[in-house]
Amino acid sequence: MDAIILQILNGLDKGSAYALIALGLTLIFGTLGVVNFAHGALFMIGAFCAVTLSRLLSLSHKVEVPGATDFLGNPQMRDVPYIYDIFGESLGASIIDWAVPLSILFAIPVMILIGVIMERGLIKHFYKRPHADQILVTFGLAIVLQEIIKYYYGANPIPTPAPAAFVGSFDFGALIGFEAGQIIYPYWRLVYFAFAALIIGAVFAFLQFTTFGMVVRAGMADRETVGLLGINIDKRFTIMFGLAAAVAGLAGVMYTPINSPNYHMGMDFLVLSFVVVVVGGMGSLPGAVLAGFLLGILESFASMREVIAIIPGINQVIIYLVAIIILLTRPRGLMGRKGVMED
Amino acid sequence: MSKGNLTRRGVLKTGAVAGAGLALPTYLSAQESGFTNAPTGSTVTLGFNVPQSGPYADEGADELRAYELAVEHLNGEGDGGMLNTFSSKALQGSGILGKKVEYVTGDTQTKSDAARASAKSMIEKDGAVMITGGSSSGVAVAVQALCQEAGVIFMAGLTHSNDTTGKDKRANGFRHFFNSYMSGAALAPVLAANYGTDRKAYHLTADYNWGYTTEEAVKSSTEAMGWETVGTVLTPLTQTDFSSYITPVLQSDADVLVLNHYGGNMVNSLTNAVQFGLRDRVVNGKNFEIVVPLYSRLMAKGAGANVKGIFGSTNWHWSLQDEGSKQFVQSFGTKYGFPPSQAAHTCYVQALLYADAVERAGSFQPCAVVEALEGFEFDGMGNGPTLYRAEDHQCFKDVLVVKGKENPTSEFDLLEIVEVTPVDQVTYAPDHPQFAGGALGSCNNGA
Amino acid sequence: MFGLDKKDASLLLIVAVLVAFAPFFLNPFPEGSGWAQFNAGYPDLMQRFVIFGIFAIGFNILFGLTGYLSFGHAAFLGVGSYAAVWMFKLLSMNVIPAIALAVITAGAFALIIGYVSLRRSGIYFSILTLAFAQMSFALAYSVLTPITGGETGLQLALDDPRIFGGAATEGNIPVPGFFGLEMRDSAQLVLGNWVFTFNVGYYFAAIIMLLSFYLSIRIFRSPFGMMLRAVKSNQQRLNYTGLNPRPYTLAAFVISGMYAGLAGGLMASMDPLAGAERMFWTASGEVVLMTILGGVGTLIGPVLGAGMIKYMENIISKINSDILHSWFAFLPDGLEDLVVTLIYPFIGKGWHLTLGIVFMLVVIFLPGGLVQGGQKLAGLFGRKKAQEPKNATTEPAE
Repeated sequence: MDAIILQILNGLDKGSAYALIALGLTLIFGTLGVVNFAHGALFMIGAFCAVTLSRLLSLSHKVEVPGATDFLGNPQMRDVPYIYDIFGESLGASIIDWAVPLSILFAIPVMILIGVIMERGLIKHFYKRPHADQILVTFGLAIVLQEIIKYYYGANPIPTPAPAAFVGSFDFGALIGFEAGQIIYPYWRLVYFAFAALIIGAVFAFLQFTTFGMVVRAGMADRETVGLLGINIDKRFTIMFGLAAAVAGLAGVMYTPINSPNYHMGMDFLVLSFVVVVVGGMGSLPGAVLAGFLLGILESFASMREVIAIIPGINQVIIYLVAIIILLTRPRGLMGRKGVMED
Repeated sequence: MSKGNLTRRGVLKTGAVAGAGLALPTYLSAQESGFTNAPTGSTVTLGFNVPQSGPYADEGADELRAYELAVEHLNGEGDGGMLNTFSSKALQGSGILGKKVEYVTGDTQTKSDAARASAKSMIEKDGAVMITGGSSSGVAVAVQALCQEAGVIFMAGLTHSNDTTGKDKRANGFRHFFNSYMSGAALAPVLAANYGTDRKAYHLTADYNWGYTTEEAVKSSTEAMGWETVGTVLTPLTQTDFSSYITPVLQSDADVLVLNHYGGNMVNSLTNAVQFGLRDRVVNGKNFEIVVPLYSRLMAKGAGANVKGIFGSTNWHWSLQDEGSKQFVQSFGTKYGFPPSQAAHTCYVQALLYADAVERAGSFQPCAVVEALEGFEFDGMGNGPTLYRAEDHQCFKDVLVVKGKENPTSEFDLLEIVEVTPVDQVTYAPDHPQFAGGALGSCNNGA
Repeated sequence: MFGLDKKDASLLLIVAVLVAFAPFFLNPFPEGSGWAQFNAGYPDLMQRFVIFGIFAIGFNILFGLTGYLSFGHAAFLGVGSYAAVWMFKLLSMNVIPAIALAVITAGAFALIIGYVSLRRSGIYFSILTLAFAQMSFALAYSVLTPITGGETGLQLALDDPRIFGGAATEGNIPVPGFFGLEMRDSAQLVLGNWVFTFNVGYYFAAIIMLLSFYLSIRIFRSPFGMMLRAVKSNQQRLNYTGLNPRPYTLAAFVISGMYAGLAGGLMASMDPLAGAERMFWTASGEVVLMTILGGVGTLIGPVLGAGMIKYMENIISKINSDILHSWFAFLPDGLEDLVVTLIYPFIGKGWHLTLGIVFMLVVIFLPGGLVQGGQKLAGLFGRKKAQEPKNATTEPAE
């Protein structure tokens, strides 16, 4: 029983990442009708916002360590962050420690800016072009973004730990009536899940309860009519693109303590998130979120030893297998609308 | 029409051309030398085939640095590095057999297809007489087979799978790096000494050849020490989040977790394992421990503080204090500003060993080189007295058991050497079951 | 000629001439000069050009004509190579049975996957094919290791049975051949400083490529091809006229899968090793990119796109900083370093960056792909007659 609850938690956690990326992807699909292969790269850039901020905060000058030598026999140098000089050592250290949460504030404007530049500078010209052209141009863009990051940060993963306060595990089982120590779960993963739920809720509320959201939803349904009504839908779509980029970026920022980011993490998620979006159904935001959590949970269960013992290799293929089954039984995914990206 | 020496290109083989009935004047460059890409001018070209894109790009970049350093030393530039400490004194710093060493580089992308394409272009287009490099066993095995077929020498880079000198061994291929079996044999006694002999181990293993051989090696040598293996689970190569593989460990009664992972898999699985508080657990009255059989300092860096106190094995480490290692670290560090990785070390040594073998053989001919390397005993290359065994072209030398350092003094100071396992303890018979199958065949001169 | 109209016949003729004299065209720079780095006329790369050309031509039959975007086409190439290598291991080193089995296996595989996937259209179809290919990759890399060789790929071994001869000679594994003509045999022609290599494998693959190209022209021009275009332009209308498009699309899918299998079999014949990475989604993505880059729905476009990507991958990635320094050695030291620093990020290990930029530039400035670029060039030089017949350049898929 506890094993199952733990796998559900794992699934929700993985699902959070899938759902957040798929949400942004489907916003762009649904509103703009653009197949954005650079969406994974946006996730990756978000993660590197956290890396960049923690590097900025730890900008250092060198101080000689008396009596010690480095590997070449030269005097050993120690890095002292400038921030220590400004705020003192203890406050400085805790600011660096909190770099990842602080990056949220840093990443939102950066990601919105990147999103808007991308849309205005490039994607805008591809609304009327065939999907094939959109794939080629966004794929090219993804490679370029990835290579730029690789050029500056190298190819190896870069450790970006969570604040010390969030290291360690929370006794989740005690909350729901299990013995102490039966179901423990890392704090940061619970934070990630809560954060994802918050963002998803915010996006839905934004689309549902604001006039802006209403116009965008109308635009998703029938762009031409909305335009005829004299509403500048283009401008709103630009903002939507920025928003989608910010969602992907935040997903990336918060993901860094779970797995050390590297330059190709976006590509690792890209294919999966496309599968999630399509399984959820084209043009459906709730579908994307639902599919994200569903595939996350199924993936977790498939990796259990008991399951692999029955069907060897199932953990390798589960997501794709489920995708095939769902698409064959439900022609438009879980909650897809008729006519979106079907021709 | 000149019979010019301007072409560095060798001819694979002359023969009829299909379908095109060419009446063109064809200069059939029969190889007087009788082997592929015999160097004709005053230079000799080596091919450095390393990952420059993909997850192992940083490791590849370090390998390339080592090769450039090796070329410098072979050509008599720089401070000579390990040439000063190498037990064989055949190399004089005047190139190889008096020919200046030149090189070409390529990107393996850590894909066997791309690696072979790149190696082929070095052989067919650039006239490389030896190919070396790589950072995974899949690539090493693929390129080794290609070199055997084309008739050039392959000096493997970083490849740890038993198969490279086991079931997939080839006469033209040589491996200096250690292997899964040696990791297991070196680690087990240290683990037993530190963690006791009545441990229950749980393995997470990367689901491909290298993972299988490593799991088998570690399992059999720890079981011989009295450990019990309570579970083994295979994880997909493309897995990034290992949480769902780690929570079952919490449920089991295992008190040791062995992560048979490398590269990005290792960084992520270790990070996740520590996240789930495995290291703070107490099971069966013992502290829970994690073991990473193959350590790489470059990769350990990606896991940050999580590696502290975790045991593993490695081929070489820059903090070794023998003369050879000190020389190498000195010249590498002076040139690039940071200490070399184990990948850089093995590649540097391989380049020197090849050059030395050619020098001793007095010829670039692959079969002569193979003969010079087989059974060759040397010292002064950082691993103590070493033997290139003739039966499987594997180097036998001391293996390092290392541990993540608790208080690193710099960003390179991540591992500390716990024990240098003597070579006798990691030597096995050529027909050991873990290396069964396959045949070395005979050397191929190509052409 | 051959049942083609004049324009198509001349296109085929041009391609045939280009392919036959490729060893000259691709080696324009003399050996030993700094520019020799850009020579692509060595056997392995020439073989890759034509083999990936076949792969892309086949893909274009499906995507260019019907508009169905398969994102898992590399699976058929992978299956084809595995089949071919198994033939080499079990039967003989003759390439004919290997290639035949590769085509048949890939066709059968395509029939199954196509039958299932074609129940959906648009992006749903793409994801279904992607899912099948990713499953094939994952299983081939891990669970199916005994059949596929897993990580290290499927290779020949000294102790393979090979019933029809071709036993190991002197401890070496035999090489694939065509009735005694070894695929790796080459002849060289030295003219002054130029060296041209004529390789058996290349010409063998080239002839097959020309046949495939011819077949694809015939398909494009046939009533069957018209049906496929009808599927693309309006499937609903086709339904209303009482026609069931499924058999047509399935036939196109299988043909296209067999082309991929043929390419896989040829790859294994040139270089007897089959690895699982051939089926990874990036490999499927690559053929999509090749086709779009060259020009979707055009006859020659996919081949150009394939050539372009393979050229970048094999030539640009091999330029290192030393070579750069030797090129710009004529500049004063400071300037030389500056120029090298500026160019360095785009070559060698940065070749992916250049590739990404090329993708973007082509799609931004040449919406019809490289073929359109060719037409523009032709227009510039005052040749009024466009090289490509108008009806060959159908609109890309929506």
